[in-house]
Amino acid sequence: MNKSWQVTLKEWREVFKNKMVLYVIVFMPILFILIPLITLYQMSGSGALSEMAGSADQIPAEMVSMCEGLSGAACAQYLVVIQFLLLFLIMPVMIPATIASYSIVGEKSTKTLEPLLATPITTIELLLGKSMAAVIPAVTVTWISFVAFIVGTIIILGNTDLVTLILSPMWLLLIFGVAPLLSVFGVSAAVMISTRVNDPRVAEQIPSLVIIPLIGLFMAQTFGLIQMNLSVTIWIALILLVIDIVMLYIATQLFQREKILTKWK
Amino acid sequence: MTEMIVTNNISKKFGELTAVDRLNISIPQGEVFGLLGPNGAGKTTTLRMLTSLIAPTSGEASVAGYKVGTDDYEIRKNVGILTESPGMYDRLSAERNLAFFASLYEVEDPDTQIKKYLQMLGLWQRRREEVGTFSKGMKQKLAIARALLHEPRVLLLDEPTSGLDPVAAKMVRDFISELKEEGRTIMICTHNLDEADRLCDRVAVFQTELLALDTPANLRRQLYERSVVFHLSDAKETYAESIRKYDFVRSCQVLDNKLVISLPDPEERNPELVNLLVKQGAEIQFIGEIRHSLEDVYLHLINNNIKEEINE
Ligand SMILES: Nc1ncnc2c1ncn2[C@@H]1O[C@H](COP(=O)(O)OP(=O)(O)OP(=O)(O)O)[C@@H](O)[C@H]1O
Ligand SMILES: [Mg+2]
Repeated sequence: MNKSWQVTLKEWREVFKNKMVLYVIVFMPILFILIPLITLYQMSGSGALSEMAGSADQIPAEMVSMCEGLSGAACAQYLVVIQFLLLFLIMPVMIPATIASYSIVGEKSTKTLEPLLATPITTIELLLGKSMAAVIPAVTVTWISFVAFIVGTIIILGNTDLVTLILSPMWLLLIFGVAPLLSVFGVSAAVMISTRVNDPRVAEQIPSLVIIPLIGLFMAQTFGLIQMNLSVTIWIALILLVIDIVMLYIATQLFQREKILTKWK
Repeated sequence: MTEMIVTNNISKKFGELTAVDRLNISIPQGEVFGLLGPNGAGKTTTLRMLTSLIAPTSGEASVAGYKVGTDDYEIRKNVGILTESPGMYDRLSAERNLAFFASLYEVEDPDTQIKKYLQMLGLWQRRREEVGTFSKGMKQKLAIARALLHEPRVLLLDEPTSGLDPVAAKMVRDFISELKEEGRTIMICTHNLDEADRLCDRVAVFQTELLALDTPANLRRQLYERSVVFHLSDAKETYAESIRKYDFVRSCQVLDNKLVISLPDPEERNPELVNLLVKQGAEIQFIGEIRHSLEDVYLHLINNNIKEEINE
């Protein structure tokens, strides 16, 4: 365990000197907080909201049902917010996938992997250290952004009903349950892919591969194919948990000293 | 004496290619053992097998009394390895690099150990600098320090002086001799034959399979007769003719003002030859022995091996 933690600390000291990684960790969350807040602010100022409220009957019925009894204007706001909140689920995948893929491909390209693997560290300890280095910042940043977003919303709209709905069990489960699970997914995918590649430029592509399923979910929701509610969220969390366990298992199986050292491409 | 590194017919194949073929070596504690071979001979592959980084295709080996493939944790704890490329984290300082590895090797008193080896290798002043700014030789020294942090009983060094200038190379060689004095067992892969000659108790000439294994002196003796050379003020063919009359003389040639004489036991026979020459009126300026270098031996073995392969 101590060795894993040492690996984590080493990763942080190293990885945070990489501009690309810093960019993802710092700018993405700021962007993801500012865009929805600015949109909300503009909507509340321009009267667009009351306009939408007047035509509340034009909002598809299945979407209105998601509002769980909010008034027309608040419902419209909520529907806008919900689109953006899903962006918060991209962060916990992107950040760890970026860190993890850099950290493994990086060790290969600087040839540090061989001396590292020659030390008495187990594969599990090593992968755990690398995963923590990726998951901890990702989840922290996601949670901080979520709180910042809520605070921003309250400042702009002061709409307590809307805030209550965002703080509903479904959203709390999404942010505090699904988001960490997604992080683990991002890391294990990055570990699996990066054991097979050597080029840091490929490592940059890995995160964008990993968010594809998430974008699918996002689209499905926008087009009303699925409706996010508490039970769907619980299902998503459970399925993710299973996927994570399977992926972690495969990742540790793929991460064999010999294969990694000898399958130089 | 305890054997610290033993291999029993270990082989490694990469697909079709055989990198190491049934290697048998046995290295007692405290020996400096040289593994010599051309590029692609399988030296690095052998070191990797000995630290359990890659598994032998067949055969078995043990290091420091632990079996390769089963006691990997103990092996890694007791072996220090200098890999082919230094492999340091460029963005971390020298000190941080060592501290990280010290924690993985479970070093009890990392600060003391780091200071000790950074000072010994002359890097203490620059410990706070990022390794990325280090020269090749400095990185190499740092990697040597890393291999020693946990005071391993067995050291596997892959080309320890490659990339070092003559002064630094000598420093590393002296350092290796010191480590030997401390009773450590050291295996060195090298292309530097002169270095192997001076440093190693025994050397293995190796190209996929073992071609020869002995002390450098014995290898020279096995392949070449010993020769002495007499420098005369005026070497005449008649001197050579009289010398050839001795049974023990294998050959005698006149080259410029020199007589080159091949014979098995020069310590015993030289006085006799000197007497004979002096009696015939020869003026002897110097007497020397022609020493074949390990390089001659090596080139002979490797070239023969290549010829055999072509003939097959
Ligand atoms: N991962 C690998 N996959 C396939 N072949 C390999 C691999 N590693 C080494 N080989 C092959 O095994 C042989 C031995 O390689 P090795 O690196 O052990 O040589 P070496 O003696 O260390 O050479 P050098 O002096 O150049 O360092 C070579 O033919 C090499 O191509
Ligand atoms: Mg090599």
